[in-house]
Amino acid sequence: MKRTGAQVIWECLVREGVDVVFGYPGGTILPAYDAMLDYPIHHVLVRHEQGGTHMADGYARASGRVGVMFATSGPGATNTVTGLATAMMDSSPVVCITGQVTSSLIGLDAFQETDITGVTLPVTKHNYLVTRPEDIARTIREAFFIARTGRPGPVLVDITKDAQQKDTDFDWDAAAPGLPGYRPDLHALPEEYERALALIRSAKRPVILAGRGVLQAGAMRAVQEFAEKTNTPVAMTLLGIGSLPASHPLNLGMMGMHGEAWVNHAIQQADLLLAFGMRFDDRVTGNVKTYAPHARKIHIEIDPSEVNKIVKVDVALIGDLCDVLQELSPRIKACDHAEWLAHINEIKGDSAVRDIQNLPDTGHLYAAHVINDLWRCTKGEALICTDVGQHQMWTAQYYKHDRPFNFITSGGLGTMGFGLPAAIGAKFARPDAEVWTISGDGGFQMTQAELATAAQEGIKVNVAIINNGYLGMVRQWQEFFYDKRYAATPMKSPDFVKIAEAHGLTGIRVTQRSEVADAIRTAQETEGTVVIDFRVEKEDAVYPMVPAGADLHNMIRRPLPQNVMVESGADAEWDISVK
Amino acid sequence: MAPHTFVAYVEDKPGVLNRVASLFRRRSFNIESLTVGHTDQPGVSRMTIVVDTDEFGARRVEANLYKLVNVLRVDDVTSQPTVERDLALIKVTARNGKRAEIMQLVDVYRARIVDVTNDSLVVEITGTEDKIESLVDILRPFGIIEMVRTGVVSMRRGAQAVSANPPLVAAMIPEAALN
Repeated sequence: MKRTGAQVIWECLVREGVDVVFGYPGGTILPAYDAMLDYPIHHVLVRHEQGGTHMADGYARASGRVGVMFATSGPGATNTVTGLATAMMDSSPVVCITGQVTSSLIGLDAFQETDITGVTLPVTKHNYLVTRPEDIARTIREAFFIARTGRPGPVLVDITKDAQQKDTDFDWDAAAPGLPGYRPDLHALPEEYERALALIRSAKRPVILAGRGVLQAGAMRAVQEFAEKTNTPVAMTLLGIGSLPASHPLNLGMMGMHGEAWVNHAIQQADLLLAFGMRFDDRVTGNVKTYAPHARKIHIEIDPSEVNKIVKVDVALIGDLCDVLQELSPRIKACDHAEWLAHINEIKGDSAVRDIQNLPDTGHLYAAHVINDLWRCTKGEALICTDVGQHQMWTAQYYKHDRPFNFITSGGLGTMGFGLPAAIGAKFARPDAEVWTISGDGGFQMTQAELATAAQEGIKVNVAIINNGYLGMVRQWQEFFYDKRYAATPMKSPDFVKIAEAHGLTGIRVTQRSEVADAIRTAQETEGTVVIDFRVEKEDAVYPMVPAGADLHNMIRRPLPQNVMVESGADAEWDISVK
Repeated sequence: MAPHTFVAYVEDKPGVLNRVASLFRRRSFNIESLTVGHTDQPGVSRMTIVVDTDEFGARRVEANLYKLVNVLRVDDVTSQPTVERDLALIKVTARNGKRAEIMQLVDVYRARIVDVTNDSLVVEITGTEDKIESLVDILRPFGIIEMVRTGVVSMRRGAQAVSANPPLVAAMIPEAALN
């Protein structure tokens, strides 16, 4: 059938199952926007293209579907770069469609012309420049296919204005993806399985490292069954949170720079690491030379380029995690690893029974209190998005998720300003979920304009601002490593309550610990988005902390004497040698 | 660290060379030489890429090349028996009766004179990089005015045909790591 290029875009999106797109119109994408009105897809007008791309990303992470972002050429397109890089680092399926100047003007520095395929080359899984209407359908189908298959990632499709305006024959079936060089479906060799099995059978102190790949593959059940059958404790990366219920006895918690001490020590003492869909980020390994020195390593990974990138492994099983575990699990005998689990419990000390909520109220409001209360008031079932910084790490530590896909955060790129727009995107993906974003005062202000998006759309995402008057994580590094010279970290913020009110939303300020739970409940009961400004202790730090590049077992622990919250009872010098 | 030679088949589409070159820059690999040209198959180009790296780096290069959607096949031919050729054009000063001497040397290298003027010669030489470098060293005292080289192209010896679509990308564990 005859369609304009612009119509073909929407014909394809409808067939790809898209129900909502985020975007910002402009000159070169106008034909697509004009055609949009005739198709049953809801458009969310964002306030900045970075926010819009984060929304598409949040939508994708909350639903597993592809998130879609629209932008115009030039500045519209370049504003998506941070969002695309965020999605790329965390393997999030996003398709970004940008307008481009008319094909005859390309290369002539036309108004609002940017070589966006050149710009986004290193921050997308793939990208396209389309100059002919007849190429639009196939390109969009390929973009969706590439974005969601294999190791997912963002794909940008840049379409010239004339390609949108011209007529073409639209035939969905004839436009099937033709990607001879694309291999999303790789499989490990049989002999690799044999070698993996031998290592698993002989392990005495195994640890599973669960990353985002577990969630991407939908392998939560398979991982849990494997862990239970072999009684292998599971440590999670930041993005792996939710891959095993937090309350599961084999779940150790988060590993890495701000992982609990016992988790990092278990890794350092392990004799076998089973890396499931994770990539040994430097925030996870610390000093690679001293990382898990006693451990053989099995890497199960869909992306072969991750194997041996940072940590040299003994066996790599390339493929979909579900497929690999399906092959592996039946060939492994059940074992109990009782001694090893007992040892981990021992190094865990009494921290498990020391709930910060039971410690006396000293009149100070700590971020951990806020997050712990939020966890209780939402029964641990809310969909939590975060920004980047101290509050992000405290959220990872204190908000325990028993369900997958309920924790959305920018891990790899560490993008401040991610939280609010990601939460808006997540709310569109799962309208029935209770969505909160936990942000810092710094990150919140980076994309605060998206409050207007939430207000215009009439959607409810609650915002908890952990306001300490500093760029807290940077301040913490300055405290630890730069002699407390607080260069450019003290931050004066606007009145967030009034900011909320200016958007026609509700704002609440909390300064006392006793007010926290009430404020959260008020937010839950109030219609529309609520912003809570939690004025927390100004110079609190995230503990434990492995300084960048230090050995994973050399953590800075929370000082004990005036301890307000001790999260680990064991303070003796740690020893990674195996007894 | 040692030179590794890769042969890559890529889709003949706009921007593919940029994607490949960008990958090496982005991942901090240093390209020693990169050549590209058509193959006998329409729509498929062939690249020969020489990179100075270790065995782990070589596996990463291969895996990252495969990640590019337009890359059809990658072969690390470093340890394979191959024919490797580089071509150079060398413009050399030939005054004061030096011409005969230069022509004699060129003959020894089985190179060819492809242009002659009163003051200069253009020498064309095909061969391995070593051979070309050796001739360049010999000609340098006469005065090299200008030189251009194509970079290495490489092909496996024997009758074995290489399809542009490999059945399997093996897990990337270098042999060196297994012991």
